Amino acid sequence: MKLKEIAHSRTGDKGDISNISLIAYNVEDYAILKEKVTPEIVKEYFGEICNGEVIRYEIDSLYAMNFVLDKTLGGGVTRSLSLDKHGKSLSMALLEMEI
Amino acid sequence: MKKIRIGSGAGYAGDRIEPAVELMEKGNLDYIIFECLAERTIAIGQMDKLKDPKKGYNQLLEYRMGKILPILSKNKINVITNMGAANPVEAARVTAKLASEANITGLKIAYVTGDDISENISDYYNNDVLELGSKLSKIKEKIISANVYMGCEGIVEALENGADIVITGRVSDPALTIGPLCYEFGWNADKNIYEMGQATLAGHLLECGGQATGGYFADPGYKEVPCLERLGFPIVEIGEDGEFFVTKVPDAGGLVTEDTLKEQTIYEIHNPESYLTPDVIADFSKVKFKEIDKDIVKASNASSHGRPDTYKVSIGYKDCYIGEGEISYGGSNAIERAKLAAEIIEKRLKIIGCEFNELKIEYIGFNSLYGDKISSGFASSCFPEIRLRVAARTRDQRNANQIGNEVEALYTNGPAGGGGATKKTSNIVSICSIFVPRSAVNVKVNYLEV
Repeated sequence: MKLKEIAHSRTGDKGDISNISLIAYNVEDYAILKEKVTPEIVKEYFGEICNGEVIRYEIDSLYAMNFVLDKTLGGGVTRSLSLDKHGKSLSMALLEMEI
Repeated sequence: MKKIRIGSGAGYAGDRIEPAVELMEKGNLDYIIFECLAERTIAIGQMDKLKDPKKGYNQLLEYRMGKILPILSKNKINVITNMGAANPVEAARVTAKLASEANITGLKIAYVTGDDISENISDYYNNDVLELGSKLSKIKEKIISANVYMGCEGIVEALENGADIVITGRVSDPALTIGPLCYEFGWNADKNIYEMGQATLAGHLLECGGQATGGYFADPGYKEVPCLERLGFPIVEIGEDGEFFVTKVPDAGGLVTEDTLKEQTIYEIHNPESYLTPDVIADFSKVKFKEIDKDIVKASNASSHGRPDTYKVSIGYKDCYIGEGEISYGGSNAIERAKLAAEIIEKRLKIIGCEFNELKIEYIGFNSLYGDKISSGFASSCFPEIRLRVAARTRDQRNANQIGNEVEALYTNGPAGGGGATKKTSNIVSICSIFVPRSAVNVKVNYLEV
Protein backbone atom coordinates (compact mmCIF):
# COMPACT_ATOMS: atom_id res chain seq x y z
CA MET A 1 0.00 0.00 0.00
CA LYS A 2 1.16 3.51 -0.76
CA LEU A 3 0.99 6.21 1.91
CA LYS A 4 -1.35 8.25 -0.30
CA GLU A 5 -4.12 5.70 0.35
CA ILE A 6 -4.28 6.63 4.05
CA ALA A 7 -2.62 10.04 4.40
CA HIS A 8 -2.21 13.49 2.90
CA SER A 9 0.69 15.91 3.00
CA ARG A 10 1.97 19.43 2.31
CA THR A 11 5.55 20.67 2.04
CA GLY A 12 6.96 23.93 3.37
CA ASP A 13 10.41 25.51 3.10
CA LYS A 14 12.71 27.70 5.17
CA GLY A 15 16.20 28.28 3.83
CA ASP A 16 17.76 24.88 3.09
CA ILE A 17 15.25 23.03 5.29
CA SER A 18 12.16 21.27 3.95
CA ASN A 19 9.27 20.27 6.20
CA ILE A 20 6.84 17.62 5.01
CA SER A 21 3.68 16.84 6.93
CA LEU A 22 2.05 13.42 6.93
CA ILE A 23 -1.56 13.51 8.08
CA ALA A 24 -3.73 10.40 8.49
CA TYR A 25 -7.23 10.71 7.02
CA ASN A 26 -8.51 8.46 9.82
CA VAL A 27 -7.35 8.14 13.41
CA GLU A 28 -7.05 4.32 13.17
CA ASP A 29 -4.36 4.68 10.48
CA TYR A 30 -2.30 7.14 12.51
CA ALA A 31 -0.74 4.33 14.58
CA ILE A 32 0.35 2.60 11.37
CA LEU A 33 2.01 5.79 10.13
CA LYS A 34 3.81 6.24 13.44
CA GLU A 35 5.08 2.69 13.37
CA LYS A 36 6.08 2.47 9.70
CA VAL A 37 7.23 5.97 8.73
CA THR A 38 10.20 6.52 11.00
CA PRO A 39 12.69 9.35 10.51
CA GLU A 40 15.29 6.73 9.49
CA ILE A 41 13.01 5.41 6.73
CA VAL A 42 12.28 8.94 5.49
CA LYS A 43 16.00 9.79 5.48
CA GLU A 44 16.71 6.63 3.48
CA TYR A 45 13.84 7.38 1.05
CA PHE A 46 15.00 10.94 0.35
CA GLY A 47 18.70 9.96 0.58
CA GLU A 48 19.55 11.33 -2.86
CA ILE A 49 18.06 14.76 -2.04
CA CYS A 50 18.43 15.15 1.72
CA ASN A 51 22.02 15.77 2.82
CA GLY A 52 21.24 16.35 6.48
CA GLU A 53 19.35 15.02 9.44
CA VAL A 54 15.65 14.13 9.46
CA ILE A 55 13.68 14.92 12.61
CA ARG A 56 10.12 13.67 13.14
CA TYR A 57 7.66 15.60 15.30
CA GLU A 58 4.34 14.05 16.29
CA ILE A 59 1.12 16.04 16.64
CA ASP A 60 -1.26 13.43 18.05
CA SER A 61 -4.21 15.81 18.27
CA LEU A 62 -4.13 16.20 14.46
CA TYR A 63 -3.20 12.52 13.71
CA ALA A 64 -0.20 14.04 12.01
CA MET A 65 3.57 14.05 11.90
CA ASN A 66 5.98 16.69 10.67
CA PHE A 67 9.24 15.60 9.04
CA VAL A 68 11.93 18.25 9.05
CA LEU A 69 14.66 17.54 6.51
CA ASP A 70 17.87 19.55 6.88
CA LYS A 71 20.13 20.40 3.90
CA THR A 72 17.53 19.36 1.34
CA LEU A 73 16.87 22.37 -0.91
CA GLY A 74 20.11 22.60 -2.89
CA GLY A 75 21.67 25.16 -0.54
CA GLY A 76 18.46 27.11 0.05
CA VAL A 77 15.46 28.39 -1.84
CA THR A 78 17.16 31.59 -2.97
CA ARG A 79 20.24 29.83 -4.50
CA SER A 80 19.07 26.33 -5.46
CA LEU A 81 19.83 25.12 -8.99
CA SER A 82 16.73 22.91 -8.97
CA LEU A 83 13.61 23.50 -11.03
CA ASP A 84 11.49 23.22 -7.87
CA LYS A 85 13.62 25.46 -5.67
CA HIS A 86 11.15 25.32 -2.77
CA GLY A 87 10.87 21.53 -2.89
CA LYS A 88 7.11 22.07 -2.91
CA SER A 89 6.51 18.83 -4.81
CA LEU A 90 8.24 16.64 -2.19
CA SER A 91 4.95 15.95 -0.34
CA MET A 92 3.72 13.93 -3.31
CA ALA A 93 6.96 11.91 -3.34
CA LEU A 94 6.49 10.96 0.31
CA LEU A 95 2.93 9.83 -0.43
CA GLU A 96 4.30 7.42 -3.08
CA MET A 97 6.21 5.53 -0.39
CA GLU A 98 5.16 1.87 -0.05
CA ILE A 99 4.42 0.59 3.43
CA MET B 1 -18.60 38.53 24.26
CA LYS B 2 -16.66 40.81 21.96
CA LYS B 3 -15.66 39.12 18.70
CA ILE B 4 -13.41 40.27 15.89
CA ARG B 5 -13.46 39.10 12.28
CA ILE B 6 -10.22 39.19 10.31
CA GLY B 7 -9.95 38.23 6.64
CA SER B 8 -6.94 37.32 4.55
CA GLY B 9 -6.59 39.46 1.42
CA ALA B 10 -3.41 37.96 -0.04
CA GLY B 11 -1.16 34.99 0.55
CA TYR B 12 1.79 36.22 -1.50
CA ALA B 13 3.00 39.28 -3.40
CA GLY B 14 1.22 38.54 -6.66
CA ASP B 15 -1.97 36.94 -5.35
CA ARG B 16 -5.44 37.31 -6.92
CA ILE B 17 -7.36 40.46 -5.93
CA GLU B 18 -11.03 39.31 -6.35
CA PRO B 19 -11.04 37.18 -3.16
CA ALA B 20 -10.02 40.26 -1.13
CA VAL B 21 -12.73 42.40 -2.72
CA GLU B 22 -15.31 39.65 -2.13
CA LEU B 23 -14.27 39.33 1.52
CA MET B 24 -14.47 43.07 2.09
CA GLU B 25 -17.92 43.25 0.53
CA LYS B 26 -19.51 40.08 1.95
CA GLY B 27 -17.31 38.92 4.84
CA ASN B 28 -18.58 41.28 7.55
CA LEU B 29 -14.95 42.00 8.41
CA ASP B 30 -13.37 44.25 11.01
CA TYR B 31 -9.87 43.82 9.55
CA ILE B 32 -8.25 42.52 6.39
CA ILE B 33 -4.58 41.58 6.18
CA PHE B 34 -2.40 41.43 3.07
CA GLU B 35 0.75 39.33 3.47
CA CYS B 36 2.96 40.11 0.50
CA LEU B 37 6.60 39.52 1.45
CA ALA B 38 8.61 36.43 0.53
CA GLU B 39 12.13 35.78 1.83
CA ARG B 40 14.03 37.95 -0.60
CA THR B 41 11.32 40.41 -1.67
CA ILE B 42 12.80 43.14 0.53
CA ALA B 43 16.33 42.62 -0.78
CA ILE B 44 15.05 43.03 -4.34
CA GLY B 45 12.94 46.02 -3.21
CA GLN B 46 16.07 47.56 -1.69
CA MET B 47 17.83 47.34 -5.07
CA ASP B 48 14.80 48.96 -6.76
CA LYS B 49 14.93 51.76 -4.15
CA LEU B 50 18.64 52.38 -4.80
CA LYS B 51 17.82 52.97 -8.47
CA ASP B 52 14.72 55.06 -7.69
CA PRO B 53 14.08 56.35 -4.12
CA LYS B 54 10.33 56.32 -4.85
CA LYS B 55 10.28 52.53 -5.43
CA GLY B 56 10.92 49.45 -3.32
CA TYR B 57 7.37 48.79 -2.12
CA ASN B 58 5.07 46.02 -3.39
CA GLN B 59 4.66 46.33 -7.15
CA LEU B 60 0.91 45.67 -6.96
CA LEU B 61 0.30 48.26 -4.21
CA GLU B 62 -1.38 50.81 -6.51
CA TYR B 63 -3.49 48.11 -8.16
CA ARG B 64 -4.62 46.62 -4.85
CA MET B 65 -5.27 49.94 -3.10
CA GLY B 66 -7.21 51.20 -6.13
CA LYS B 67 -9.58 48.24 -5.76
CA ILE B 68 -9.95 48.22 -1.96
CA LEU B 69 -9.86 51.89 -0.89
CA PRO B 70 -13.48 52.61 -1.85
CA ILE B 71 -14.73 49.48 -0.03
CA LEU B 72 -12.71 49.89 3.15
CA SER B 73 -13.97 53.42 3.48
CA LYS B 74 -17.61 52.38 2.89
CA ASN B 75 -17.56 49.27 5.12
CA LYS B 76 -15.19 50.60 7.84
CA ILE B 77 -12.62 47.84 7.52
CA ASN B 78 -9.06 48.34 8.77
CA VAL B 79 -6.26 47.19 6.48
CA ILE B 80 -2.98 45.77 7.80
CA THR B 81 -0.28 44.95 5.27
CA ASN B 82 3.46 44.48 4.81
CA MET B 83 3.24 45.86 1.26
CA GLY B 84 5.63 48.62 2.35
CA ALA B 85 8.48 46.13 1.74
CA ALA B 86 11.71 48.16 1.46
CA ASN B 87 9.90 51.51 1.36
CA PRO B 88 6.87 51.84 3.72
CA VAL B 89 7.10 55.66 3.63
CA GLU B 90 6.60 55.86 -0.11
CA ALA B 91 3.93 53.11 0.00
CA ALA B 92 1.95 55.26 2.49
CA ARG B 93 2.38 58.38 0.34
CA VAL B 94 1.18 56.58 -2.77
CA THR B 95 -1.82 55.18 -0.85
CA ALA B 96 -2.73 58.67 0.41
CA LYS B 97 -2.46 60.05 -3.11
CA LEU B 98 -4.72 57.33 -4.51
CA ALA B 99 -7.30 58.02 -1.77
CA SER B 100 -7.25 61.76 -2.52
CA GLU B 101 -7.66 61.14 -6.24
CA ALA B 102 -10.69 58.94 -5.50
CA ASN B 103 -12.16 61.67 -3.25
CA ILE B 104 -11.91 59.42 -0.20
CA THR B 105 -11.41 61.45 2.97
CA GLY B 106 -11.16 60.84 6.71
CA LEU B 107 -8.51 58.14 6.36
CA LYS B 108 -5.51 57.84 8.66
CA ILE B 109 -2.65 55.89 7.09
CA ALA B 110 0.14 54.67 9.38
CA TYR B 111 3.53 53.46 8.22
CA VAL B 112 5.78 51.47 10.48
CA THR B 113 9.56 51.65 10.15
CA GLY B 114 12.53 50.40 12.14
CA ASP B 115 12.99 47.01 10.50
CA ASP B 116 15.76 48.29 8.21
CA ILE B 117 19.02 48.11 10.20
CA SER B 118 21.35 48.14 7.19
CA GLU B 119 22.96 51.43 8.32
CA ASN B 120 24.16 49.77 11.53
CA ILE B 121 24.98 46.39 10.06
CA SER B 122 28.71 46.71 10.87
CA ASP B 123 27.75 46.43 14.57
CA TYR B 124 26.86 42.81 13.88
CA TYR B 125 29.80 41.60 11.75
CA ASN B 126 30.82 39.28 14.60
CA ASN B 127 27.38 37.63 14.78
CA ASP B 128 27.07 34.05 13.58
CA VAL B 129 25.16 33.54 10.34
CA LEU B 130 22.60 30.77 10.77
CA GLU B 131 22.86 29.33 7.24
CA LEU B 132 26.55 29.88 6.42
CA GLY B 133 28.29 28.60 9.55
CA SER B 134 30.50 31.70 9.57
CA LYS B 135 30.58 35.26 10.91
CA LEU B 136 28.61 37.94 9.07
CA SER B 137 31.87 39.73 8.24
CA LYS B 138 32.61 37.01 5.66
CA ILE B 139 29.98 38.45 3.30
CA LYS B 140 30.17 42.10 4.39
CA GLU B 141 31.05 43.48 0.93
CA LYS B 142 28.08 41.69 -0.63
CA ILE B 143 25.32 42.81 1.77
CA ILE B 144 22.48 44.77 0.17
CA SER B 145 19.79 44.69 2.85
CA ALA B 146 19.24 43.87 6.53
CA ASN B 147 15.70 43.76 7.86
CA VAL B 148 14.51 42.70 11.28
CA TYR B 149 11.42 40.52 11.50
CA MET B 150 9.52 42.91 13.78
CA GLY B 151 6.57 41.84 15.87
CA CYS B 152 3.17 43.45 16.27
CA GLU B 153 4.24 46.44 18.43
CA GLY B 154 4.16 49.03 15.62
CA ILE B 155 0.81 47.77 14.35
CA VAL B 156 -0.71 47.98 17.87
CA GLU B 157 0.60 51.53 18.33
CA ALA B 158 -0.81 52.57 14.95
CA LEU B 159 -4.27 51.16 15.79
CA GLU B 160 -4.21 52.82 19.22
CA ASN B 161 -3.73 56.10 17.41
CA GLY B 162 -6.70 55.53 15.15
CA ALA B 163 -5.06 54.28 11.96
CA ASP B 164 -7.38 52.87 9.30
CA ILE B 165 -4.56 51.49 7.18
CA VAL B 166 -1.26 50.19 8.60
CA ILE B 167 1.61 49.68 6.16
CA THR B 168 4.76 47.96 7.38
CA GLY B 169 8.05 46.73 6.01
CA ARG B 170 9.36 43.42 7.35
CA VAL B 171 7.21 42.09 10.17
CA SER B 172 6.57 38.44 10.94
CA ASP B 173 3.61 37.11 8.95
CA PRO B 174 1.48 36.26 12.03
CA ALA B 175 2.11 39.78 13.45
CA LEU B 176 -0.34 41.15 10.86
CA THR B 177 -3.06 39.24 12.75
CA ILE B 178 -1.60 39.32 16.29
CA GLY B 179 -1.41 43.15 16.07
CA PRO B 180 -5.13 43.86 15.75
CA LEU B 181 -5.94 41.18 18.37
CA CYS B 182 -3.52 42.61 20.95
CA TYR B 183 -5.02 46.04 20.26
CA GLU B 184 -8.64 44.86 20.53
CA PHE B 185 -8.24 42.53 23.51
CA GLY B 186 -5.17 43.93 25.31
CA TRP B 187 -3.33 40.60 25.15
CA ASN B 188 0.37 40.22 25.82
CA ALA B 189 2.85 37.34 25.76
CA ASP B 190 3.39 37.23 29.55
CA LYS B 191 -0.22 37.21 30.70
CA ASN B 192 -2.14 35.60 27.85
CA ILE B 193 -0.42 32.26 27.23
CA TYR B 194 -3.48 30.61 25.66
CA GLU B 195 -4.81 33.62 23.75
CA MET B 196 -1.41 34.48 22.24
CA GLY B 197 -0.98 30.87 21.08
CA GLN B 198 -4.42 31.01 19.47
CA ALA B 199 -3.69 34.43 17.94
CA THR B 200 -0.50 33.07 16.37
CA LEU B 201 -2.36 30.04 15.03
CA ALA B 202 -5.02 32.35 13.57
CA GLY B 203 -2.31 34.45 11.93
CA HIS B 204 -0.54 31.36 10.63
CA LEU B 205 -3.78 30.08 9.07
CA LEU B 206 -4.55 33.46 7.47
CA GLU B 207 -1.12 34.43 6.16
CA CYS B 208 -1.13 32.19 3.08
CA GLY B 209 -4.57 33.21 1.83
CA GLY B 210 -6.29 30.41 -0.05
CA GLN B 211 -4.02 27.70 1.36
CA ALA B 212 -6.43 27.45 4.32
CA THR B 213 -9.58 27.27 2.20
CA GLY B 214 -8.78 24.51 -0.27
CA GLY B 215 -6.01 26.11 -2.29
CA TYR B 216 -2.93 23.89 -2.67
CA PHE B 217 -5.07 20.95 -1.46
CA ALA B 218 -6.87 19.33 -4.40
CA ASP B 219 -5.81 15.87 -5.60
CA PRO B 220 -8.41 14.38 -7.96
CA GLY B 221 -9.78 11.09 -6.68
CA TYR B 222 -8.39 11.75 -3.20
CA LYS B 223 -9.19 15.32 -2.16
CA GLU B 224 -11.78 17.19 -4.21
CA VAL B 225 -12.14 20.99 -3.96
CA PRO B 226 -15.02 22.87 -5.65
CA CYS B 227 -14.51 25.96 -7.82
CA LEU B 228 -10.80 26.71 -7.35
CA GLU B 229 -11.15 29.37 -10.05
CA ARG B 230 -13.25 31.36 -7.55
CA LEU B 231 -11.38 30.31 -4.41
CA GLY B 232 -12.51 32.26 -1.34
CA PHE B 233 -9.88 33.39 1.16
CA PRO B 234 -10.17 32.59 4.89
CA ILE B 235 -11.93 34.52 7.63
CA VAL B 236 -11.13 34.07 11.31
CA GLU B 237 -13.75 35.04 13.90
CA ILE B 238 -12.12 35.19 17.30
CA GLY B 239 -13.42 36.08 20.77
CA GLU B 240 -11.73 37.66 23.76
CA ASP B 241 -11.30 34.15 25.25
CA GLY B 242 -9.06 33.28 22.28
CA GLU B 243 -11.46 30.71 20.81
CA PHE B 244 -11.91 31.06 17.07
CA PHE B 245 -13.34 29.46 13.98
CA VAL B 246 -12.18 29.63 10.38
CA THR B 247 -14.65 30.08 7.56
CA LYS B 248 -15.10 31.71 4.15
CA VAL B 249 -17.79 33.62 2.28
CA PRO B 250 -20.52 30.96 1.67
CA ASP B 251 -20.82 31.36 -2.11
CA ALA B 252 -17.05 31.57 -2.73
CA GLY B 253 -15.20 28.53 -4.12
CA GLY B 254 -13.01 26.27 -2.04
CA LEU B 255 -13.74 24.59 1.27
CA VAL B 256 -12.79 24.81 4.94
CA THR B 257 -12.38 21.43 6.64
CA GLU B 258 -10.34 19.97 9.45
CA ASP B 259 -7.99 18.56 6.80
CA THR B 260 -7.39 21.86 4.95
CA LEU B 261 -6.52 23.49 8.29
CA LYS B 262 -4.31 20.61 9.42
CA GLU B 263 -2.18 20.91 6.27
CA GLN B 264 -1.82 24.64 6.73
CA THR B 265 -1.06 24.40 10.48
CA ILE B 266 2.00 22.25 9.77
CA TYR B 267 3.05 24.27 6.70
CA GLU B 268 6.49 25.87 7.15
CA ILE B 269 6.85 25.05 10.84
CA HIS B 270 9.55 22.88 12.37
CA ASN B 271 9.07 21.93 16.03
CA PRO B 272 5.31 22.31 16.66
CA GLU B 273 5.94 22.93 20.36
CA SER B 274 8.08 25.92 19.60
CA TYR B 275 7.11 28.03 16.59
CA LEU B 276 9.23 31.14 16.94
CA THR B 277 7.77 34.54 16.12
CA PRO B 278 8.99 37.92 17.41
CA ASP B 279 5.85 38.26 19.55
CA VAL B 280 5.65 34.85 21.13
CA ILE B 281 6.96 31.29 21.00
CA ALA B 282 3.80 29.50 19.90
CA ASP B 283 2.91 25.89 20.66
CA PHE B 284 0.77 24.09 18.06
CA SER B 285 1.52 20.59 19.38
CA LYS B 286 -1.92 20.04 20.93
CA VAL B 287 -4.08 22.02 18.47
CA LYS B 288 -7.55 20.62 17.78
CA PHE B 289 -9.95 21.30 14.92
CA LYS B 290 -13.66 20.52 14.98
CA GLU B 291 -16.02 21.05 12.06
CA ILE B 292 -19.12 22.71 13.50
CA ASP B 293 -20.95 23.34 10.24
CA LYS B 294 -20.24 23.29 6.51
CA ASP B 295 -17.08 25.36 5.94
CA ILE B 296 -16.93 26.42 9.61
CA VAL B 297 -14.15 24.82 11.66
CA LYS B 298 -13.40 25.62 15.29
CA ALA B 299 -9.74 25.83 16.34
CA SER B 300 -8.61 25.38 19.93
CA ASN B 301 -5.77 24.31 22.19
CA ALA B 302 -2.86 26.32 20.76
CA SER B 303 -0.63 27.76 23.48
CA SER B 304 2.58 29.73 23.92
CA HIS B 305 5.80 29.97 25.93
CA GLY B 306 6.57 33.66 26.32
CA ARG B 307 8.42 36.09 24.06
CA PRO B 308 11.86 35.35 22.55
CA ASP B 309 14.79 37.52 23.68
CA THR B 310 16.11 38.16 20.17
CA TYR B 311 14.88 39.29 16.79
CA LYS B 312 15.73 37.44 13.59
CA VAL B 313 17.31 39.58 10.89
CA SER B 314 17.01 38.70 7.23
CA ILE B 315 20.17 39.69 5.32
CA GLY B 316 20.10 39.99 1.54
CA TYR B 317 23.45 39.62 -0.24
CA LYS B 318 24.77 39.39 -3.78
CA ASP B 319 25.54 35.71 -4.02
CA CYS B 320 26.25 34.44 -7.54
CA TYR B 321 24.86 34.07 -11.06
CA ILE B 322 22.82 31.13 -12.31
CA GLY B 323 22.80 30.24 -16.01
CA GLU B 324 20.10 27.89 -17.30
CA GLY B 325 19.10 26.25 -20.55
CA GLU B 326 16.35 23.80 -21.52
CA ILE B 327 15.51 21.79 -24.64
CA SER B 328 12.88 19.10 -25.28
CA TYR B 329 13.15 15.72 -27.03
CA GLY B 330 10.22 13.53 -28.10
CA GLY B 331 9.57 9.99 -29.29
CA SER B 332 10.23 6.63 -27.67
CA ASN B 333 14.00 7.29 -27.68
CA ALA B 334 13.61 10.76 -26.11
CA ILE B 335 15.49 10.01 -22.90
CA GLU B 336 18.47 8.57 -24.83
CA ARG B 337 18.78 11.68 -26.99
CA ALA B 338 18.39 13.96 -23.96
CA LYS B 339 21.18 12.05 -22.19
CA LEU B 340 23.40 12.35 -25.28
CA ALA B 341 22.66 16.09 -25.31
CA ALA B 342 23.72 16.34 -21.65
CA GLU B 343 27.00 14.52 -22.38
CA ILE B 344 27.69 16.95 -25.21
CA ILE B 345 27.02 19.93 -22.92
CA GLU B 346 29.41 18.66 -20.23
CA LYS B 347 32.19 18.23 -22.82
CA ARG B 348 31.45 21.60 -24.41
CA LEU B 349 31.70 23.43 -21.08
CA LYS B 350 35.21 21.97 -20.71
CA ILE B 351 36.23 22.85 -24.26
CA ILE B 352 35.14 26.49 -23.99
CA GLY B 353 36.57 26.80 -20.46
CA CYS B 354 33.30 27.74 -18.77
CA GLU B 355 33.95 28.25 -15.05
CA PHE B 356 31.22 27.17 -12.65
CA ASN B 357 30.98 26.20 -8.98
CA GLU B 358 28.08 23.76 -9.28
CA LEU B 359 26.33 22.09 -12.21
CA LYS B 360 22.92 20.41 -12.28
CA ILE B 361 21.61 18.31 -15.13
CA GLU B 362 18.04 17.06 -14.86
CA TYR B 363 15.41 15.54 -17.11
CA ILE B 364 12.01 17.19 -16.78
CA GLY B 365 9.44 14.42 -17.13
CA PHE B 366 11.67 11.92 -15.36
CA ASN B 367 13.81 13.06 -12.42
CA SER B 368 13.80 16.87 -12.04
CA LEU B 369 11.62 16.87 -8.92
CA TYR B 370 12.74 13.80 -6.97
CA GLY B 371 16.09 12.61 -8.39
CA ASP B 372 16.80 9.17 -9.91
CA LYS B 373 16.08 6.88 -6.99
CA ILE B 374 12.54 7.93 -6.08
CA SER B 375 11.56 8.66 -9.69
CA SER B 376 12.69 5.22 -10.93
CA GLY B 377 10.35 3.69 -8.37
CA PHE B 378 7.24 4.80 -10.21
CA ALA B 379 8.48 5.74 -13.71
CA SER B 380 7.22 3.99 -16.83
CA SER B 381 9.72 2.40 -19.20
CA CYS B 382 8.90 4.79 -22.06
CA PHE B 383 8.82 8.58 -21.86
CA PRO B 384 6.93 10.19 -24.76
CA GLU B 385 8.83 13.43 -24.16
CA ILE B 386 11.72 14.61 -22.01
CA ARG B 387 13.00 18.13 -21.42
CA LEU B 388 16.69 18.46 -20.63
CA ARG B 389 17.48 21.18 -18.11
CA VAL B 390 21.02 22.38 -17.39
CA ALA B 391 21.73 24.89 -14.62
CA ALA B 392 25.04 26.12 -13.23
CA ARG B 393 26.18 28.49 -10.52
CA THR B 394 28.88 30.89 -11.68
CA ARG B 395 30.82 33.85 -10.35
CA ASP B 396 29.95 36.18 -13.21
CA GLN B 397 27.41 36.82 -15.93
CA ARG B 398 29.68 35.89 -18.83
CA ASN B 399 30.12 32.31 -17.62
CA ALA B 400 26.43 32.05 -16.73
CA ASN B 401 25.40 33.11 -20.25
CA GLN B 402 27.48 30.29 -21.73
CA ILE B 403 25.22 27.67 -20.14
CA GLY B 404 22.08 28.79 -21.97
CA ASN B 405 24.00 29.48 -25.17
CA GLU B 406 25.44 25.96 -25.26
CA VAL B 407 22.00 24.41 -24.69
CA GLU B 408 20.53 26.56 -27.45
CA ALA B 409 23.35 25.48 -29.78
CA LEU B 410 22.07 21.90 -29.44
CA TYR B 411 19.47 22.87 -32.04
CA THR B 412 21.94 22.65 -34.91
CA ASN B 413 24.84 20.85 -33.23
CA GLY B 414 23.15 18.28 -30.98
CA PRO B 415 20.99 15.15 -31.28
CA ALA B 416 18.05 14.91 -33.72
CA GLY B 417 14.71 16.49 -33.06
CA GLY B 418 15.50 18.88 -30.19
CA GLY B 419 12.85 21.62 -29.83
CA GLY B 420 11.63 24.49 -27.70
CA ALA B 421 15.01 25.60 -26.37
CA THR B 422 15.00 28.40 -23.80
CA LYS B 423 17.79 30.13 -21.89
CA LYS B 424 18.06 32.43 -18.90
CA THR B 425 20.70 34.09 -16.74
CA SER B 426 19.86 35.35 -13.25
CA ASN B 427 21.78 37.58 -10.86
CA ILE B 428 21.11 35.81 -7.57
CA VAL B 429 20.36 37.66 -4.36
CA SER B 430 20.38 35.20 -1.48
CA ILE B 431 19.12 35.47 2.06
CA CYS B 432 20.81 34.52 5.32
CA SER B 433 19.95 35.26 8.94
CA ILE B 434 21.47 36.59 12.15
CA PHE B 435 19.88 37.24 15.55
CA VAL B 436 20.07 40.60 17.36
CA PRO B 437 18.91 41.71 20.84
CA ARG B 438 15.51 43.38 21.07
CA SER B 439 17.22 46.63 22.09
CA ALA B 440 18.78 46.87 18.62
CA VAL B 441 15.43 47.74 17.08
CA ASN B 442 13.67 51.06 17.27
CA VAL B 443 10.11 50.71 15.99
CA LYS B 444 8.65 54.00 14.70
CA VAL B 445 5.12 54.79 13.57
CA ASN B 446 4.25 57.82 11.44
CA TYR B 447 0.94 58.97 9.99
CA LEU B 448 -0.53 60.58 6.88
CA GLU B 449 -4.11 61.83 6.84
CA VAL B 450 -6.39 62.43 3.88
